[in-house]
Amino acid sequence: MALTPGDFTFLSNYVKNSTAIVLTPDKDYLVESRLNPVARRLGVSNISDLVSKLRANPSPTSEIGMMISEAMTTNETYFFRDVKPFDVLRSELLPQAIERRGSDRSLNIWSGACSSGQEAYSIAMTIKEHFPTLSTWRVRIIGTDISRAMVERTKEGIFSQIEINRGLPAPLLVKYFSKVGSEWKIKGELTSMVDASVMNLAGNWPILPRMDIVLMRNVLIYFDLPTKRAILEKVVRVMAPNASLLLGGSETTMNVTNEFDRVTTGTSFYYRIKGGGASSSSPSIGSTPTFRGTPVAPRAGLR
Amino acid sequence: MALALVIDDSSATRMILARILTELGYSVEKAENGADALHKLSKMAKPELILIDWNMPVMNGYEFLVKARSMAQFDDVTMMMVTTETEIEQVLKALEAGANEYVMKPFTKDVIDEKLSLLGLGAR
Repeated sequence: MALTPGDFTFLSNYVKNSTAIVLTPDKDYLVESRLNPVARRLGVSNISDLVSKLRANPSPTSEIGMMISEAMTTNETYFFRDVKPFDVLRSELLPQAIERRGSDRSLNIWSGACSSGQEAYSIAMTIKEHFPTLSTWRVRIIGTDISRAMVERTKEGIFSQIEINRGLPAPLLVKYFSKVGSEWKIKGELTSMVDASVMNLAGNWPILPRMDIVLMRNVLIYFDLPTKRAILEKVVRVMAPNASLLLGGSETTMNVTNEFDRVTTGTSFYYRIKGGGASSSSPSIGSTPTFRGTPVAPRAGLR
Repeated sequence: MALALVIDDSSATRMILARILTELGYSVEKAENGADALHKLSKMAKPELILIDWNMPVMNGYEFLVKARSMAQFDDVTMMMVTTETEIEQVLKALEAGANEYVMKPFTKDVIDEKLSLLGLGAR
């Protein structure tokens, strides 16, 4: 049974209030495709009955409320997504952060809206591959996501063949993963670097450590302008002095908040808090392991 | 236009990969097995990219890879396995023989595009 206009309005208001995700009327197909599995899991015969059930118990912390909110989030992700941000991370942001934090030998990196963890583990692999000196530092990669299921998946570090096919350089697959049945488990040396927890970017934030690098990519696009502004202004408050922020390729702080300066580097860019003052030097740290006979793989940082 | 060679004994897979590479801006040649590929390579312009199935008759993809990597003129050619072999030992074996990347079937256009982007060979 298709959604009635009244049910769609109720659902879109509910999702907006609980997650800040904006569902315009043209997204009715998306709502139906995402909520049909929820209805089946709850033993409800159709979406209309699911909405009735939600109307009877509309608390955002109810099980049905959380299941619906989680179903409406987009979990598209893959390893080393877009490549260039990880080049910038390796060549500029991590060296700068290491220089700034040399006295306390501690780094906090936030993967906001981490989905199933590919971004957090891509950061972990970048660190393992290129910054071996950080093995004696306290490095925390903090992954947060609104979805409990995605947070659990991040903690487990188990990926399907389809997922490891996407963006993961084969040399890193053989180095950091083991095959378990038809799935691939990332090694403990990487899962131990990642702390994952549930967090709604549009809700109340838990106490977070001062972040040296923030990745909040391809998530602000789902929010309206006031929500984007509120989130970015809260991001400013958790960033350490001179920390850096990476957004998605189609996202910007322009016309959202004046708190950031955009730093262009090559064909990529990142953001710093205005007046934060970028570190001028980028010391070369770490080694770049090679595979015999692999003539190219520069963008993956393998050679 | 950059040139690619697709080696696969399945005509359907050759066609799918050729279509994907064409959409990514490549001109594509095709071969049915390793021996056919070596023969075609002796006559055609040097490709920038070779996609190689593993299990093929006459000469399999691994044998082709070893042979091609022994030929100095192909040192700078990117070679990527595209195969149903999904064991980690096979991935390692291909990398050690000189494969630059490894894709497990089934694949999508995004998978091929993302792997080529890793190698600095994304959409032309």
